[in-house]
Amino acid sequence: MYKVSKNIKIFSLTLMVIGALGLGFSFYSAPKTIEQAKEMVADSHSDDHQKVESQISEETHAIDDSHSSSGAHNEEGAHSSSHDEHLLHYLQNRPWSALYVAALFFMFLSLGTLAFYAIQRASQAGWSPLLFRVMEGITAYLLPGTLIILVILILSSLHLNHLFVWMDPEVVAHDKIIQGKVGYLNSPFLIARAIFYIAGWNFYRYISRKYSIAQDNSSDISNHTKNFKWSAGFLAFFIVTESMMSWDWIMSVDPHWFSTLFGWYVFASMFVSGITTIALITIYLKSKGYLEKVNHNHIHDLGKFMFGVSVFWTYLWFSQFMLIWYANIPEEVTYFITRIEDYNFPFFGMIVLNFIFPLLLLMNSDYKRVNWFIVMTGIIILIGHYVDVFNMIMPATVGDQWYFGIPEISGISFFAGLFIYVVFNSLAKAPLEPSGDPLIKESEKFVY
Amino acid sequence: MADKILHAVYDDDDKLMDAVKDLRSSNFSIDEVYTPFPVHGLDKALGLKPTRLAILSFIYGCIGFCFAIFMMNYIMIVDWPQNIGGKPSFSFIENLPSFVPIMFELTVFFAAHLMVITFYLRSKLWPFKEAENPMPSTTDDKFLIEIKFNGDGKALKAAVKKTDVLEVKIIDNKESN
Repeated sequence: MYKVSKNIKIFSLTLMVIGALGLGFSFYSAPKTIEQAKEMVADSHSDDHQKVESQISEETHAIDDSHSSSGAHNEEGAHSSSHDEHLLHYLQNRPWSALYVAALFFMFLSLGTLAFYAIQRASQAGWSPLLFRVMEGITAYLLPGTLIILVILILSSLHLNHLFVWMDPEVVAHDKIIQGKVGYLNSPFLIARAIFYIAGWNFYRYISRKYSIAQDNSSDISNHTKNFKWSAGFLAFFIVTESMMSWDWIMSVDPHWFSTLFGWYVFASMFVSGITTIALITIYLKSKGYLEKVNHNHIHDLGKFMFGVSVFWTYLWFSQFMLIWYANIPEEVTYFITRIEDYNFPFFGMIVLNFIFPLLLLMNSDYKRVNWFIVMTGIIILIGHYVDVFNMIMPATVGDQWYFGIPEISGISFFAGLFIYVVFNSLAKAPLEPSGDPLIKESEKFVY
Repeated sequence: MADKILHAVYDDDDKLMDAVKDLRSSNFSIDEVYTPFPVHGLDKALGLKPTRLAILSFIYGCIGFCFAIFMMNYIMIVDWPQNIGGKPSFSFIENLPSFVPIMFELTVFFAAHLMVITFYLRSKLWPFKEAENPMPSTTDDKFLIEIKFNGDGKALKAAVKKTDVLEVKIIDNKESN
């Protein structure tokens, strides 16, 4: 039996307290009025913006002169006031977005692991049963993680933030494209769908954990067989709900834009981060003297998955990017134009972190058997996929007003603390070795 | 040079593996094993060195990658500048996304083909080469261990007989004459 060490408890609680304080501060310091927002931007930015603005206004003046109509001036005035309102919304959204991005990212670790776990169960894999309890520990975070997201979604639909522009009736009134999607994109239906996904995933996690524990002390393999059936069923349920979840919770922040492979893309991201988390926690537990039957063969297999799914993620990312870039259709390509212009560094930096690093570091077979190599690459992959989620949400919610500062760091800190606390407490609740699993012998003897 | 060859035939890959381990642990050196399919772990049991083909494959892939960059740059940018996707920038880096699939394909193409050619050269294989296996049924369901030896080989025969062997044959080594 694993016992949560005091250090872990203190560490996770500290992270949570720091994160909560930081988030509280960023909510408190977000601007309340347009004037405050303008002031904040004027303070924090250099005069580059003003130069650009004056250039633009000169150009518009030149056009105005050629038309010499007084109506144009009025329009311009209206335009700049709506720009200020945008600015206010962006700045007000920032703490919310930071909270949402971190909540999504840590929930994805757990959901990706749950999918991986279900695949191991459904395929009756022989190498992985020794790691089942680690995976079950990570998926324990699914319930709190998904409930937090549900709460954020409910708060959004109560108009407490502007994460989802399509929830604003005034925006919808002036937007023909969103009007056409109202049948799907409306708050009650969104919440109902979210409850449906969350209930389904957590039900599988509950039932599978129950059978897994029951199998430890049972004389036949009936629990194992039931687990197999539930897992196969869950995978079918998961791939549909995961895809819809990615449209609802992520893609709809840009309600004009759509991509048909977005669900797969999000899945690849959560899958590789989930597998990486399994590897990191396994190596941590091994370093503390637990899981003595897990050896470098198992780490090697996790490393292969990290390598393979990183490449798979890149394949999907690129497939999505290249078609839209090549076709250059205005309503599609704006998605990438905002990212390349305003988010150049995180957008392209993420490719380096998520593709180049894992590709080069994990290509060699021997490197996948070295623990510190897996840990180092794993940390890079996790950072890269946080940035991936960041790039999915931020451009739509905070636009060019993004910055990696107190809200983002405290968001990560809070959810990392909660994640560590929940996961390690769950690991301590059951023996770390599923001794009754019929495939445990195969897993022990496993040589890659 | 050894003047005699012993052929030990097995009908199961597990029996073969056990025999290989037994013979090697009693210090007989096995010259060759013929199997109808790749037996998992046999290379380790035989004490073969790990293949260096993987390193070559990486190098070949890099060559293909560089060749693709050179080729696309020459064809699409230098020799006959192309308007790609309605973006007539005529710059390699700005049109990079449309070249990535070709870079990928040529990396795989070079790595795969050059690796096969290397493997052929290294194993002295070529098209229409006559098969060297001493017993045709090793391409069907039999496993064969080949050991070359000198003298009467009593100890060797006894050791082979101790394993779960189907058939033992001793023939003259034609190459040594």
